[in-house]
Amino acid sequence: MTYLKTANQSILKTLTAKIRLYWQMTKILQTGLLLSTGLAGYMSARCPVQTWQTLLALTGSLFLAISGSTVFNMVYDRDIDARMPRTQKRPLPSGKVGVAEALVLGSVLSVIGIGWAAFLSPLYGLIVFAGLFFDVVVYTIWLKRRTPWSIIWGGIAGGMPALAGRALGLGAIDWVGLMFALAVLLWIPTHIMTFSLRYREGYAKAGVPTFPSAYGERTTGIIIALSSIATAIAMAFAAYGIGITWGYMRLLIILSCGLLALAISSMVHPSFKMNFSLFKFASLYMLSSMLLVVLGVL
Amino acid sequence: MKRITPLDRIALLITGLLAAYLIVMGVEGLPVLATWAYSIAFGVLLIASLLMIINGFDVLDSPWVVIIAAIIPLSLSLGMVIENLPPDWHLAYLVFVVIGFLAILLTRFLVPERAATIVLAVVHGIAGLLIVGLPIALVLQGVKAPIYLFMSVGGALIGIGGLLLAFLKTGKPILSAEKILTLLPWILLLMSAAFVLGLGA
Repeated sequence: MTYLKTANQSILKTLTAKIRLYWQMTKILQTGLLLSTGLAGYMSARCPVQTWQTLLALTGSLFLAISGSTVFNMVYDRDIDARMPRTQKRPLPSGKVGVAEALVLGSVLSVIGIGWAAFLSPLYGLIVFAGLFFDVVVYTIWLKRRTPWSIIWGGIAGGMPALAGRALGLGAIDWVGLMFALAVLLWIPTHIMTFSLRYREGYAKAGVPTFPSAYGERTTGIIIALSSIATAIAMAFAAYGIGITWGYMRLLIILSCGLLALAISSMVHPSFKMNFSLFKFASLYMLSSMLLVVLGVL
Repeated sequence: MKRITPLDRIALLITGLLAAYLIVMGVEGLPVLATWAYSIAFGVLLIASLLMIINGFDVLDSPWVVIIAAIIPLSLSLGMVIENLPPDWHLAYLVFVVIGFLAILLTRFLVPERAATIVLAVVHGIAGLLIVGLPIALVLQGVKAPIYLFMSVGGALIGIGGLLLAFLKTGKPILSAEKILTLLPWILLLMSAAFVLGLGA
């Protein structure tokens, strides 16, 4: 009896440790942010199929597909991760999870996620698959180590959840969905470039071309500011397109002004602190915008 | 500089949410300019709260703090003037707000600190008196319900917060920097709550 109890406890402990490692590999903050764009895209459609079952299925399928692509990226980038202090403790480079095991995990998550998405709606499934394809194959495998411009493809992949959510709600792709995706695509440079400015040396050590290493900090700062402006404009068009109330639009405009002010400040007075503020605020901006879109149409 | 605590962050988060609520809800029946004047004031409060949550009190080190903080009373008082005073006053006060803000902006960088402080005190003083005094006058005249007096409370709290910040920035604090920064999130929270009550009237 005692032996069985101890064995059960040991199995439970191992399982919990495993789940914790797998959870780390899903990069929950990034996945959560992309998931929120998908949910906002769906809820913005105000379609009659807004039942909790569909919402739950959208959440589950998107979470699995995004997590699957994140795991695949970690498998492919494990050599880079091992060379950067920021990432060398991740489960794969630290050897806590094996490559084959991670590949199985990524495959299971992706197949279930995309399969579930296709079952919900073929168009939705196709867009979710496109997101995974652009992220893993085009961005990570093909371009990330060749050119700093690869982030555009990362951005396209990042815009897919919003487009997919809207397409699921509407049953078709419309200009508002494309604007949503464009807003995320244009926001990605702000997010990634502030990150690559902060960890410039780490990326250089790993041999990953970034905008700061290829074009310098000043040009990168200008691009960040321009992409922030473009994000705000695209988001405003999307919000106008779905007809959010004027009060929420005012709040969106004010948050956009905050983003612009920070982007311009970081361009004029570049510093580690300013850069970090912009990085954090940009994430908060995207999350808040998506929340406003949802609240604005309720 | 004092490290920001989880409790400070909670106070600032609630402040930000109240400011966001005020922007979204607006005040029914107001002219567009008044709505935007209020929205800009609460927008600055919202962004400032978010930046303090993200970066801690280090953001207050920036020389821009005094200039950006001046937007709150100027914009708020402009909203109150447009909401409550006859149209003849609107343009005159708008001109004062624009010139006052430009004066604060330019004197920060172009003239000695003493002159800049005088300009800041005069512009802040006029805006502050309006925010505190106008609701009292309107309630006494029976134009507004007594709950509108919360606007005066909010105005007084802006004054206290502004004074503490100004003393902190000049390096001659009446309280220690630690105490000022402990009080600041709660002053901002009470101020936002007072405006929610006042504008709700």
